[in-house]
Amino acid sequence: MGRIVIDKEECKGCYICVNACPKGLLKKSETRNEHGDYPVEFVGDEGSCIGCAMCAQSCPDVAIKEVYR
Amino acid sequence: METLVYKRPESLLKDGHFTFCPGCGHGVVLRMIAELIDEFNIQKDTIAISSVGCSIFLEKFFNLDVAGASHGRSPCVATGVKRCKPDKFVFTYQGDGDAATIGFNETIHTASRGEHITTIMINNTNFGMTGGQASATTLVGQVTTTTPMGRKPELTGYPLHAAEIVSKCDGTAYCARVAITTPAQIRKAKAALKKAFEVQLNGLGYGFVEVLAACPTNWHMTPVDSLNHIENVIEKVHPLGVFKDITGEQ
Repeated sequence: MGRIVIDKEECKGCYICVNACPKGLLKKSETRNEHGDYPVEFVGDEGSCIGCAMCAQSCPDVAIKEVYR
Repeated sequence: METLVYKRPESLLKDGHFTFCPGCGHGVVLRMIAELIDEFNIQKDTIAISSVGCSIFLEKFFNLDVAGASHGRSPCVATGVKRCKPDKFVFTYQGDGDAATIGFNETIHTASRGEHITTIMINNTNFGMTGGQASATTLVGQVTTTTPMGRKPELTGYPLHAAEIVSKCDGTAYCARVAITTPAQIRKAKAALKKAFEVQLNGLGYGFVEVLAACPTNWHMTPVDSLNHIENVIEKVHPLGVFKDITGEQ
């Protein structure tokens, strides 16, 4: 199924992608990145992502830089 | 077998990361512009004209030729660039404080002359970079740093509807207002931007796209709440739609 690549250093923690994901597979991380933000992380099982790229399209910082299906 | 369905567009600099506030709409629009330039394969034939405001730092993000303009005068600089180099693709990237407030005269005359350029106007209903002052598009009752009690029509007038006014100009070939609140709206916005690019590439006239974008910092909202605010409040005042399309395909 799908797979996304998140650049944790680019993520500013707006969490628009958390709302955009139709499967609810993204959530706020517990650890900070270099800039002090809590980036998003992928929490779904392998194969649960459908590769729709809605998270990447709604990300204002191109932090989700690649989507595979 | 995995296939790549989305990647960072080539027209964005590899090490250029956006310097906007979290949840700002500028990043989405800049990415869509870069994707379209990649799709049309006009990276070497594009000249972007930056403006003043949060929309100023195009050269930090785009792997394109960029010229700067003084506040509100991007369409004039773009006119000069396009008339000197008619084979180049020229677009201006402006905010509502730039295109609809300080430089609205330039915008409207560029549309009336029917210059073969494209203007992308990000409307976040305030002057974002300078601290959230009221602009012409500020809603009635909206609290900004210069309207602390809310915008009062008897004192500061009513919001200006830039896309509707530009659509009445004879030189305008395509004029639309879009939002970037949901993935579906983002796709519609990209289609509108594509159309505005195409009318210039086909030499039909002026293309104008107004994008309703969030400014969470100056609205004092979370990024997700500010997207809901656009859907529930701003779209009622600045309705979405295609106001002019001389190609007739809507």
